[in-house]
Amino acid sequence: MPGKQVFTLDLNGRETEVFAPADATLLDVLRDNCALRAAKRGCNQGVCGACTVMIDDVPVRACLTMAGACGGRAIRTLEGYGDDPVMGRLQEAMNASGGVQCGFCTSGLLITARNLLAETPRPAQAEIRSALSGNLCRCTGYVRIVEAIASAAEEVAR
Amino acid sequence: MSFVLSPRTVEEAVGLLAELPDALPMSGGASLVAMKNARLIEASHFVSLAGIASLHGITATETGLRIGGMTRHAQVAACDLLTGDLSMLRQAAGQIANRVVRNMGTIGGAVGNADPAADYLAVLACADAHVELTGTEGSRLVAMTDYVTDWYETLREPGEIVTAIHLPAARPGPSVYRKLCRVPGDYATASVACASDGDGVRVAVGACGPGPIRSREAEAALRGNLRDPAAIAAFGAALVDLADPVDDVRGTSEFRLRLIPRMVAAAISDLEGKR
Repeated sequence: MPGKQVFTLDLNGRETEVFAPADATLLDVLRDNCALRAAKRGCNQGVCGACTVMIDDVPVRACLTMAGACGGRAIRTLEGYGDDPVMGRLQEAMNASGGVQCGFCTSGLLITARNLLAETPRPAQAEIRSALSGNLCRCTGYVRIVEAIASAAEEVAR
Repeated sequence: MSFVLSPRTVEEAVGLLAELPDALPMSGGASLVAMKNARLIEASHFVSLAGIASLHGITATETGLRIGGMTRHAQVAACDLLTGDLSMLRQAAGQIANRVVRNMGTIGGAVGNADPAADYLAVLACADAHVELTGTEGSRLVAMTDYVTDWYETLREPGEIVTAIHLPAARPGPSVYRKLCRVPGDYATASVACASDGDGVRVAVGACGPGPIRSREAEAALRGNLRDPAAIAAFGAALVDLADPVDDVRGTSEFRLRLIPRMVAAAISDLEGKR
């Protein structure tokens, strides 16, 4: 089919072949071809943070990443954290504290928060807020999200 | 339909751009892919520069520093080589968008795109930076103060890419980048880069015209008079005369013209406080 091509991706530790439009973004491919729908399509402009994923251990926007530029790079989405205890603690804390309401921003927030704890195991409130500044939430007002991350960090560090 | 091509060398990249008239170079993609998603641009191909090793990183040269075009904002924000009168580059890079986007966006992409409200243009003009442009005919250097010719128009020819930014060696003395924006991470409503230069200052204003605004004549008049409010007011007024701001969602033209002298005076005051 014209305009389509095969992408070979290193996706959550598995080599994955995808047949998708040549100008697909990584977010398009994850959601439309791989049924990995944790990463959300919010603004599609890199502003909202709902599509945040890890590439080569660095958090990036899947909506601003061309699938064709991902060859040879290790992509990890929220679905790839099933056996990560720190992510588990973050998810439980978000749930327990009321940091999840509609849930649309949650996956992106979790990836961002997990990366923050990898860099700074016991972040101060200001560091959490700074790290989350690229993730928009229209429900919670952020306070409970910040609290959830702080409490998960405490538990993990203990 | 934009196919992504991933050359491994600069020669290969500029060769592809010359061969494919409807192709566009892509560095971090932070602006380019956002524009594609919004259907503001069409290209037959995106020539990704990410796989070209020589475009990555910050290195010392005989004359100063070279920042490769693919160097991410996060790397500039954390670079220990940017000290003294170059520390404003770190301040500016650290205020672009948010952490995640700073892992993506690059200095070459930002300079190539030349958004007047983006953060790098003013600091690079203030730092006496040169832009290294490379095409099939080879490389050339253009002063940042000459680089922007009109709104989103620059001396970069179609088919050329921004391969590096060249800076003079860091000199001791403080520098500051002040940015007024609606929320942290937004593009600037107005910005000022200010670096100490002996008993004077170098100043460039951003987001108040197509390119950064700098006046060497006004800087010369201010030399030795940094504590004289009248001299600083005259300096601010000289920069206002050169400004050509627009009305947009971030502020009116009139608002920006009023901001310039205040922000310039505040930046000079910041600098005096750090000496």
